[in-house]
Amino acid sequence: MHVRHLQVADFRSWEQADLELEPGPSVLVGRNGQGKTNLVEAIGYVATLGSHRVASDAPLVRLGASRAIIRTAVVNDGRELTVELEITPGKANRARVNRGPVPRPRDVLGILRTVLFAPEDLALVRGDPGERRRFLDDLLVLRAPRYAGVRSDYDRVLRQRNALLKSAAANRRARRSDPDALVTLDVWSGHLAAHGAALLSARLDLVADLGPRVAAAYAGVAPESRPAQIGYRSKIEDALPAGYGKPDGERADPEVVAEILLAEMVRRRDNELERGVSLVGPHRDELDLVLGEAPAKGYASHGESWSFALALRLASYELLRADGSEPVLVLDDVFAELDRRRRQRLAEVAVAAEQVLVTAAVAEDVPGELTGARYTVADGVVERD
Amino acid sequence: MYEGPVQDLIDELGRLPGVGPKSAQRIAFHLLGAEPADVTRLQEALQKVKEGVVFCDVCGNVSEESTCRICRDARRDPSAVCVVEEPKDVLAIERTREFKGRYHVLGGALDPLSGIGPEQLRIRQLLSRIGSQEITEVILAMDPNTEGEATATYLVRMLRDFPGLTVTRLASGLPMGGDLEFADELTLGRALSGRRTV
Ligand SMILES: Nc1ncnc2c1ncn2[C@@H]1O[C@H](COP(=O)(O)OP(=O)(O)OP(=O)(O)O)[C@@H](O)[C@H]1O
Ligand SMILES: [Mg+2]
Ligand SMILES: [Zn+2]
Repeated sequence: MHVRHLQVADFRSWEQADLELEPGPSVLVGRNGQGKTNLVEAIGYVATLGSHRVASDAPLVRLGASRAIIRTAVVNDGRELTVELEITPGKANRARVNRGPVPRPRDVLGILRTVLFAPEDLALVRGDPGERRRFLDDLLVLRAPRYAGVRSDYDRVLRQRNALLKSAAANRRARRSDPDALVTLDVWSGHLAAHGAALLSARLDLVADLGPRVAAAYAGVAPESRPAQIGYRSKIEDALPAGYGKPDGERADPEVVAEILLAEMVRRRDNELERGVSLVGPHRDELDLVLGEAPAKGYASHGESWSFALALRLASYELLRADGSEPVLVLDDVFAELDRRRRQRLAEVAVAAEQVLVTAAVAEDVPGELTGARYTVADGVVERD
Repeated sequence: MYEGPVQDLIDELGRLPGVGPKSAQRIAFHLLGAEPADVTRLQEALQKVKEGVVFCDVCGNVSEESTCRICRDARRDPSAVCVVEEPKDVLAIERTREFKGRYHVLGGALDPLSGIGPEQLRIRQLLSRIGSQEITEVILAMDPNTEGEATATYLVRMLRDFPGLTVTRLASGLPMGGDLEFADELTLGRALSGRRTV
């Protein structure tokens, strides 16, 4: 697939921007702070309904404006769809497909798929477990958009159950009688287990599919380094069938996982009632990144961490392609961070993509293979050279 | 900001669901220019909802008398009760013309984040209604979202000990994450006729 047209209004630094794009490589060049990343961030937003740089929508709206608009025309197998998003912080965002409103913005997921490489990716290796959970969940949604619903239902049930645990914990401390608490807690536990199992099973399968690709991609970018591995670490892993999450193991069965989650919640109920939070579920899990024998986090060198981050993205791209979709590659300011070999490796993959969008402050940082269409970004204007 | 009463009116209107600041302003200036008789009628209508509307003793729906029209209607099947969250859901189901029984309005759904547990809903009234009347089927028609689902699960638990009572749920097919009120008549009608026992 490829993005044929991008138009934004009041998005980040752009009051207006409008550019026609083509398949193959396109490079956006401009001095620091001219708004290159802002443009590819808009494209990423259409694919994921989120930014790779910030967790909330507010910074995406141009200072002084009340809402931002992103319009894209996406061509997939010769069929073009236009997606329009209106981002209004503090209110429900709105979406239109081919000019017709859709009930919810998440109905546009799946129209555009992107894999975005950015300097922020280093946090995948060095950041909190939350970063890696988000990486997995974002990729799940790219693979199958229905997981956007699974994920938001799980978050909602989790917040409800935590609210209940919190008030139950307070009642317990105050020795107030709370006859309904246990029955209602059971109800929410059942729902948390069901939604949690859907998410957790999908993550296990994803890690099984991704693992060999990460190992191969890492070996490609850093052949001299120790082998890289990933693994899913769960609060309930001891109870899970051993093959779950393993490349040659069986697919995870959500019903089996739900039962295990529920049993663990029952087992830890006192603990949960004391602490007032949910202690079991995919929100507490972690994606382990291992280099040789040691965890990458805390042990890997700067270069190794970069290679690992790069391998995670490359593997994501390979996986989506193996699923049969051809995602748009976005390389935001990454070449400046990489040495020659890793640049070369990334360029080899990127030239084969249907479309690749590159941003760079200095054109010379971009490998020769990727000099396709060139756009200059300066003073609030983007122009095709 | 406008001065005094006009801004007060805009603020009050802006608090209403679905009314943004621009609409609030438009309505306020419309009222400012309206005939006094029209404004008086609106004023009276507002007054009456608070004073004149009561909730049905039996089902909890909004009503003009102590028992609502549906509960008084002898043609309605007294053996089937459809449990909904809000009075507006009664209207949505009535529009489908698929259901001939009576209703029970809970007044919301389980929602710990807003401090709503079983005690805050009309669940006790539902249980005593089932215990004392000739009810043989309860249809759970909660909103298809997490709070609605949890409420339905809770009710299934509370109802499973009544001998001879069939408990059914609306068939799936309602868009998840939704609101019963906004489901179109056809979908809602189908969900009703395809309800399954739980
Ligand atoms: N909400 C916003 N409103 C107005 N300006 C914004 C907003 N968000 C970011 N900016 C501005 O956008 C500029 C950054 O744009 P961007 O990150 O796209 O730069 P870039 O061209 O990618 O630069 P670099 O080469 O350094 O990566 C900054 O000057 C910042 O002040
Ligand atoms: Mg940048
Ligand atoms: Zn009634």
